[in-house]
Amino acid sequence: MSKSFNVNLEYLTRVEGHGNIVINVRDGSLEECRLEIVESPRFFEGMLRGRSVFEVQHITSRICGICACSHSLASIQAAEDAIGFTPSEQTVKLRKLLMDLEILDSHILHIYLLALPDFLGVKSFVPLIDTHNQTVKRALRMKKTCNQVCDILVGRHVHPISCTVGGFTKLPREKDLETMLELLEGMTKDLEETAELMNQLSFPQFERDTEYVALVSEDAEYPLLQGSAIGSSEGITVDKKDYQKVTNEFVVPYSTAKRTKWNRESYMVGALARLNLNYSKLHPKAKEVGDALGMNRKITNPYLNTLAQVVECFHCLYHGMDIIKELMRDGINYDEEIVVGLNEKKSIPVKAGSGVGAVEAPRGILFHHYQVDDNGHITDANCIIPTAQNLQNIEYDMRKLIPEILEKDEEEIVHRLEMLVRSYDPCISCSTHFLKVSFVK
Amino acid sequence: MKPPKVAFFDFTCCEGCQLQVANFGESLLSILEIIDLVEFREVMSEKWDGVYDIAIVEGSITTPHDVERITKIRQRSKTLIAYGSCATIGGINGIKNNFSLEEIKKYVYGDSAQLFETLPTRPLHEVVEVDYFVHGCPVYPPEFVEVLKCALSGLPYHVPDVAVCVECKFNENVCFYEKGITCLGPITRAGCNSWCINNGNICYGCRGMVSNPNEKGFQEVLKQYNIDLNFIVKRMDMYNTCRLKQNLQGGIQK
Repeated sequence: MSKSFNVNLEYLTRVEGHGNIVINVRDGSLEECRLEIVESPRFFEGMLRGRSVFEVQHITSRICGICACSHSLASIQAAEDAIGFTPSEQTVKLRKLLMDLEILDSHILHIYLLALPDFLGVKSFVPLIDTHNQTVKRALRMKKTCNQVCDILVGRHVHPISCTVGGFTKLPREKDLETMLELLEGMTKDLEETAELMNQLSFPQFERDTEYVALVSEDAEYPLLQGSAIGSSEGITVDKKDYQKVTNEFVVPYSTAKRTKWNRESYMVGALARLNLNYSKLHPKAKEVGDALGMNRKITNPYLNTLAQVVECFHCLYHGMDIIKELMRDGINYDEEIVVGLNEKKSIPVKAGSGVGAVEAPRGILFHHYQVDDNGHITDANCIIPTAQNLQNIEYDMRKLIPEILEKDEEEIVHRLEMLVRSYDPCISCSTHFLKVSFVK
Repeated sequence: MKPPKVAFFDFTCCEGCQLQVANFGESLLSILEIIDLVEFREVMSEKWDGVYDIAIVEGSITTPHDVERITKIRQRSKTLIAYGSCATIGGINGIKNNFSLEEIKKYVYGDSAQLFETLPTRPLHEVVEVDYFVHGCPVYPPEFVEVLKCALSGLPYHVPDVAVCVECKFNENVCFYEKGITCLGPITRAGCNSWCINNGNICYGCRGMVSNPNEKGFQEVLKQYNIDLNFIVKRMDMYNTCRLKQNLQGGIQK
């Protein structure tokens, strides 16, 4: 075959943030294949220097509007770790609930509004309002429910208000717990229908075994907010403090976006990686769905990340409801409601130190790392987002995929590639330290 | 009458304000019935090459490419709405302006710093003409609906120009100063229904300062509670660096 073509797809759509795909095939062989990041840099790590650990999560949640709660939680974990503060059991429980809500909300956005249009052959959810009205309504309804529950728990979903270093500035009242549970219970039917819908879709065939990386834990809980270590499908684990041994950031000469790799040439993080590492720890309800969808084995087709998200939706919904039921049973200790501005009142002692936060954001493991001085001011900050970790892996996927689909017409090839990138649910707007890309045309 | 062509655009930002639109739930469908949504990169692959009746623009301007792009969008738009803090006041991105650009580039990107083109952060109206402002980080959905209604019917929208304290009092919150804690409510524009304070947090000033803040009164408050002016200025520059720097230097350095 002597096919030649160039693809220069500017501004990938239905992803969060700005990215391009550049492909160059000459005489049937792939000469160039890049996923470029053209997001305007925002210099968050630079901006954090000199800020107090007590205000840092307010700033870092602005790294991303879609996973603002994950950034808040990773940031709080790093800040508390740095000053040597241990949160209460109740606080941890509520943070786990917030993590569940965030993943549920984000996955629904991705499954319905970003990924589904591809499977139904349309460019966005807008034409689906006429052709699949009930489906669109279901998606918006579920999305709204997640938001309502988040509103009750932390004031709002986009940039949560009440979860801060030390705990929560406002704790849900008994009535709030009841309302949250009711709202989530009201979602179960819609989620069942989501699983049915997703089961009917035909996902592209493509396999590439890679390294899968996620938080792992020694206890029986599916680790999202906190795990005991960072684990790999290669059977290796490291302490979260040693996250740099995992990420090994590097620059590739043809594209200037920072990448990561660990034991292989690239690794994958996100829902699929988490399932591949921690399937047995999923909520029984999620396992039931996962088994029915055939996700109860090692999955090496990245397109199925969307199905892994469906399984995790069940986990997060049911795990979240369990937490609320526990809180209803045990009651909430309102003495733990903290007053913000504690740094001004100096009620939490501050000392110099270094702290690492590692949480499972919807798109994969997210690291925040702060060095703090004696006044609790940040002297050094590092944030490594899931999408940065996935970039190299997406590119390796594209390189393997293109030769396999070369016989298809160009439009179809481009569409397959877009779908592939989209299946990772990349969040480019998070780009805390992506590098500028110069175009080669 | 044809429904107006509406498009969303994002510049340097977290895209959270756009997400607030998806969070409307099913009521989003009634908005979509009266407008023709022609571009919204985050959720649509469709592109449009005609004139936009309304362009809703999120994010601040931080690169030469941003300047070019927003200028073109402005030329093609009958009405332009600056949407969210990044767009209206520079937002969190403005913190960057406290550092020298060369220094901060080098801190984040090391030896690769020279690959960048970056400008001091600017809100949209410092680059192009803006017709409507929706403040907030993130935007407060009821206010956005209000502004959209005004824009669709060609009526002006007057951003509230009183302090957040006014709304906070209506919500019967205990003043943070009474608890010995500083809060930017006294100098920040209302319109968010004192969202953060209702949830036990302080006001960080995300909607920008009122046009005529009671500086003398505020200084008295600071004095009364023995609060260092530098402390409050540091907090103000979280969102308001663009304005603070402009006041200090008589215009942002280009």
